[in-house]
Amino acid sequence: MKNILQREIPEELEGIGKLEAFEGAFSKLKKGWMEEKTVPPPNKAKMPHSSKICDTLRDAILKTKPRNGMTVSFHHHLRGGDNLVYEAIKILADLGIKDITLAASSLTTAHDPILPYFKDGTITQVYASGIRGELGKAIAEGVLPKPFVIHSHGGRVRSVHTGKIKIDLAILAASAADEEGNATGAHGPSAFGSMGYAAIDSWYAKQVIVVTDNIVDYPCVPQSITQNYIDYVVKVDSIGDPSKIAGGTTRITKAPMDLQIARLAAQVIEHSGELKEGFSFQVGAGGASLAVAKYIRKIMKQRSIKGSFILGGVTSYGVDMLNEGLFRSIFDVQSFDAAVSSSLLDNQYHIEIPAGLYANPFNCGCMTNKLDIVVLGALEIDTNFNVNVITGSEGYVRGASGGHSDTASGANLTVVVCPSFRGRIPIVKKKVHTIVTPGESIDVLVTERGICVNPQKPELKAHLEAAGIKVKDIAVLAEEVEGITGKAKPIETTERVVGIVEYRDGTVIDVIHQVKE
Amino acid sequence: MLYIPGNNPAMLQQGSVYGADGVLLDLEDAVALNQKDAARILVAHMLKYISYEGCEVTVRVNHIDTPFGLEDLKQIVPLQPNALRLPKVETVDEIKRILELIEQIEDEHNLPHEHMKVHVMIETALGVQNVYDIARYSPRIDAISIGGQDLAADMQLVKANDGVGIDYARKQIVMAAKACKIDVFDTVFVDVENEEGLREEAEYIKKLGFTGKAIINPRQIEVVNEVFTPTELEIRKAAKIVKAFERNKAEGIGVFAVDGKMVDAPVVQRALRVLEMADIDVESL
Amino acid sequence: MELKTKAQAGSFESSDVLILVEPVEKGAGRIIELKSIVMQQFGDDLLRQIHANLDDFNIDDVRLIINDKGALPPTVSARLETALKRAAQLQSGTLK
Repeated sequence: MKNILQREIPEELEGIGKLEAFEGAFSKLKKGWMEEKTVPPPNKAKMPHSSKICDTLRDAILKTKPRNGMTVSFHHHLRGGDNLVYEAIKILADLGIKDITLAASSLTTAHDPILPYFKDGTITQVYASGIRGELGKAIAEGVLPKPFVIHSHGGRVRSVHTGKIKIDLAILAASAADEEGNATGAHGPSAFGSMGYAAIDSWYAKQVIVVTDNIVDYPCVPQSITQNYIDYVVKVDSIGDPSKIAGGTTRITKAPMDLQIARLAAQVIEHSGELKEGFSFQVGAGGASLAVAKYIRKIMKQRSIKGSFILGGVTSYGVDMLNEGLFRSIFDVQSFDAAVSSSLLDNQYHIEIPAGLYANPFNCGCMTNKLDIVVLGALEIDTNFNVNVITGSEGYVRGASGGHSDTASGANLTVVVCPSFRGRIPIVKKKVHTIVTPGESIDVLVTERGICVNPQKPELKAHLEAAGIKVKDIAVLAEEVEGITGKAKPIETTERVVGIVEYRDGTVIDVIHQVKE
Repeated sequence: MLYIPGNNPAMLQQGSVYGADGVLLDLEDAVALNQKDAARILVAHMLKYISYEGCEVTVRVNHIDTPFGLEDLKQIVPLQPNALRLPKVETVDEIKRILELIEQIEDEHNLPHEHMKVHVMIETALGVQNVYDIARYSPRIDAISIGGQDLAADMQLVKANDGVGIDYARKQIVMAAKACKIDVFDTVFVDVENEEGLREEAEYIKKLGFTGKAIINPRQIEVVNEVFTPTELEIRKAAKIVKAFERNKAEGIGVFAVDGKMVDAPVVQRALRVLEMADIDVESL
Repeated sequence: MELKTKAQAGSFESSDVLILVEPVEKGAGRIIELKSIVMQQFGDDLLRQIHANLDDFNIDDVRLIINDKGALPPTVSARLETALKRAAQLQSGTLK
């Protein structure tokens, strides 16, 4: 079958089951309820004053009685310093467990070491919002027998609610935890900030192990994760590389091209009609997207505008803006640097939120719905504004859906910033390799070679032109780019579908084909 | 005007996107001696391929007395960028000699002499002394610029950061340019990290009368543009003066007052210049 | 154009290409070793362009070792021209 974006979707896939085609950003949502049944969270019981403490992670895992075919989940709040996923999978593999479904909120290059377990049948399926590095290359080449699923941050919560992801065992790292499993990422030697993505795992997993390098006296405050969901607690020497977990501040890029694009994007935002008293705001964590914040900060000061809240993945730059009084509050589902952890701990207007409150489409309203302005990146964007943030120019998985489609669908003004081409690779083009976010959610594209407004937004175009900002037809820009780079040959793939890209509502917006060697 | 090293493809292909009024593709100081040939060929190919739309393109060639100067002219003149920048011009004889060479090359390619402008750079004490005669030598010369680093070296200045040593030269060159009614550009500010220093210097040289400033990093564009773009207040004031002038002109009055200050012809002229720099059409007022 | 010596032009920087030219015996043909970070998308285009440029310089016998970091067509042409002219000792540069 074809979905509404003309992508060919199989009716059914072995290892996943029947697929539903994407029919538009709000086609399911506008009904007002979710058709799929919600599965109940597990019921548990525990005698008073019995201990949850296990000496080693291996002991804790053994107590959960691991079995073949189980689903194991992790969060990715340890960022580039994560070593826990590897440690845990290695223990399971050493125990001879096979056919594991790995349901991590995201996989990064820090997880490259688990690649051997993709190859030997230990892990046979992956659910994640993003996959990168060696893993992303291997799965695009078809290393896993079952198709992987890319979901959004909000979509992951929905999948757990519906039982599409049935977590047997959640292994959750914390930078501080007590003997009962109350845990947080806000303090401790390996502090990493918000545990927003881990909340749903703690509520729904059949068994939950909290792993920390820092046991604190009971009770652990704040309780990002609460004891009533936790089966076992393990103290380990290390949950990973603290310099990469709790390291540094996120700096605004110095790359002239990113800064130029960010400057243009800030002009667009300034004249969009959305930059007004009380506006809410989200930017990405790097490159041009984060740099937009630098220029918005300047404009807010010049025009004495105060915003309401910053949402999403939070950098120290957002914290600076909160401390300067430019925003009233931060709602933090994921912290990107060390300075954020201390703000989360100390500032009552810097609030940790779970992924469902952040972005799950199927509840009484997630916070992305209250966004006024979001600035997002893109690996590719097509002339219908459909965005690829998951597959790179060689067809490998090297990115993350993350909150891209969640925020894009919710925000009043969704700005995509990217260069029009990178090296010789066109970014703005007729057709993207994989669609993650539908063009209907994107309002304006800002590149160094032109600003393109989605034709569905004529009033935005009028605002910009009234301010003297030149607007270009996206098809004209794509042609210009092709004139500079030449026409790129499309990526060669086989017929085999190795992965699917789920839209936030659970429908399939695109599939990923096996890359030809 | 943004300097781009002539042997750097990544920067050459993106030169026009940073919002500078002009790009200067440099074959001279930004290119290593053993890559002069490579840069010349690269710039020639880029000029043919990349559209520097909305950006004035100037190529800085090597001095005619270096081993590279003549070949630079032979390769670049036929491509007719908007302007050619000549470094270290010192005497009238020298500019005469170079212009004759350029015209000879243009004749060989059946090209007109009027299209491509010539910028001269004054970078030595001798050049500063001769600047007026150089500037007025030919109508093709439509801008002068000062090369601060080379001038400081030529003057044997050890510490030149504060610009005191080249202050006289700056003023002399501005005066020569104004006498010839051509543009005059200030030297580069080398400390890319020092945004405040750049702003101070840009404000100072704007007061001296410079038309613009050369920059070496796209990150400097914003600051220089901010300094040289009139503020809203300046624009409003200028618009008020011009409107009052038009009204009074109709009634035959030459000198009048706006907000309690005397306005006469030179004040009106300055107001018109402000509006021109802000890209505001006087007819539309 | 007659190639007399080995020569190279370009660099390993992003958007550049490093080209090594080596004279070979007459009749050996064009031996081209091409590596590119955009091989999949532009490998064919690159080869076509290089052959066309060699045609323009009337070169039938040459060994080229090309390492492309995503250079645009004008950069490829410029680096090849520079390397060939250096190899023909029409001009000097690095690796004379």
